[in-house]
Amino acid sequence: MMKKKQRTYQQDLIGDSINSIQKVVQPSEESGNRAVKYLLIGVSALFLFVMLALPLAVVAVNAWKEGWEAYREAVLDEYTIKALQLTLLATGTAVAVNTVFGVFAAFLLSKFYFRGRQALAALIDIPFSISPVIAGLVFILTFGNMGWMGDFLDKYDIKIVFAVPGVILATIFVTFPFVFRELFPVLNAQGKDEEEAAALMGANGWTIFWRITFPHIKWALLYGVILCSARAMGEFGAVSVISGHLRGKTNTLPLHVEILYNEFNTTAAFAVSSVLVALAVLILIGKSLVEWKKK
Amino acid sequence: MYVEMKDICKTFDGFQASDHVSFGIEKGQMAALLGPSGSGKTTILRMIAGLDRPDSGDIMIKGFRVNDLPGNKRGIGFVFQNYALFRYMTVADNIGFGLEVQKKSKAEIKARVEELLELISMEDLGKRYPHQLSGGQRQRVAFARALAPDPGLLLLDEPFAAIDAKVRRELRNWLRNMIERVGITSIFVTHDQEEAMEVANQVIIINQGKIEQIGTPEEICFQPKTDFVADFIEADRFLRKGK
Repeated sequence: MMKKKQRTYQQDLIGDSINSIQKVVQPSEESGNRAVKYLLIGVSALFLFVMLALPLAVVAVNAWKEGWEAYREAVLDEYTIKALQLTLLATGTAVAVNTVFGVFAAFLLSKFYFRGRQALAALIDIPFSISPVIAGLVFILTFGNMGWMGDFLDKYDIKIVFAVPGVILATIFVTFPFVFRELFPVLNAQGKDEEEAAALMGANGWTIFWRITFPHIKWALLYGVILCSARAMGEFGAVSVISGHLRGKTNTLPLHVEILYNEFNTTAAFAVSSVLVALAVLILIGKSLVEWKKK
Repeated sequence: MYVEMKDICKTFDGFQASDHVSFGIEKGQMAALLGPSGSGKTTILRMIAGLDRPDSGDIMIKGFRVNDLPGNKRGIGFVFQNYALFRYMTVADNIGFGLEVQKKSKAEIKARVEELLELISMEDLGKRYPHQLSGGQRQRVAFARALAPDPGLLLLDEPFAAIDAKVRRELRNWLRNMIERVGITSIFVTHDQEEAMEVANQVIIINQGKIEQIGTPEEICFQPKTDFVADFIEADRFLRKGK
């Protein structure tokens, strides 16, 4: 009883101090405070404008500089379409693969305790901490002609490096942790009581996952998928190293933009960029919808 | 003996959670596993349920060794400490889940769920979700859910821990009456000796993974066999007086 009383007393104290802080911070009508307020808002707005709005505006303006015809030509160019297709293919595959394995990994690491659990969790985060360029190089050293598996792949005429499979592999590697990272904390916080309860009633793993676990991670999963797609579409470093920049074959949209830009074809470069921006905006809208629905 | 533990040992990462534990519980009894936190009482319950495996020793239910039998084949109902109600299912679906998994007919499930809702006096709340219930109501739902498939043994892990002190005594009486009415053999884990003494007719006192004493509440209270039991009961009584 004593302990309880003490706790409420402490809570009161904390409550009081919060009140007094509020009193101090509460915006008064004094002109000095108002100036600070507008100054802070102004600085933030300026920062956002210079860092986010301006670059996006530059993309739009440059893309349309030479008019609709030039824009259309750049966007409907054979190589642009090929690059778009490859980007969508790589993104789709990466998202599908990473969703399946991300869910497996998050389920395994949050619901089961075994030796090496921590190590496995750390391993999954490696793509976050490794530079994408190094990730690309790793694939070249593994699957390339001089690499570990070079002879083997050569024998069966399988091409990975400087070919579409390499681009997809690199994209999968770079975006691997996204779905896992979204799901893991949610699953961890849920504990495993509900799953154990269901298992004790005789539910099999499949039923447990779909009836108990899935409703809980639904939104986090969707969010992870969206983040993963965004990252996969924009991936440059790893893909750049492993693709070999073969126009119409292994070029994704970001690589295509770089090539156009290096050829001083600025208008086309910005036009293709605008396609990427449009995809990004679509993803952002999807993300906002998810966040809004979740509430 | 309905349940029998024979010389059970269990370690977790070098920590001895069960140290040669043996006891038996007769059919129809209400047994309490009583001990301070960290004494290994929940581990024993989880081993009976099949949620953990003992390193050595035999677990017998109805005279059969069940060590290798999965939990869902042991004929037990389990009430988790925080009830572990399925938060995305209604109360009725929670209670019916065990039957649904057993592929019982819809009509059969419905009838059983209604019967149990009536038993716990929550006939009108079947469509609610767990987060819309009070702590006491949640406990009743967890109890009904554990009973739904008609188990022979009911296991309860700290069934009153998540309930505030005021309602606890009331719920304790309710649960004891309910278990007597259903007539099911039960084992519950608690760290509160008053709770154990009031609800159980057999008390098993555990400390550091070892059994200190097994007996009726009277025997434990008036003839404590070890210093630990005497201290534990005495300390608890002293604390209560202090309140």
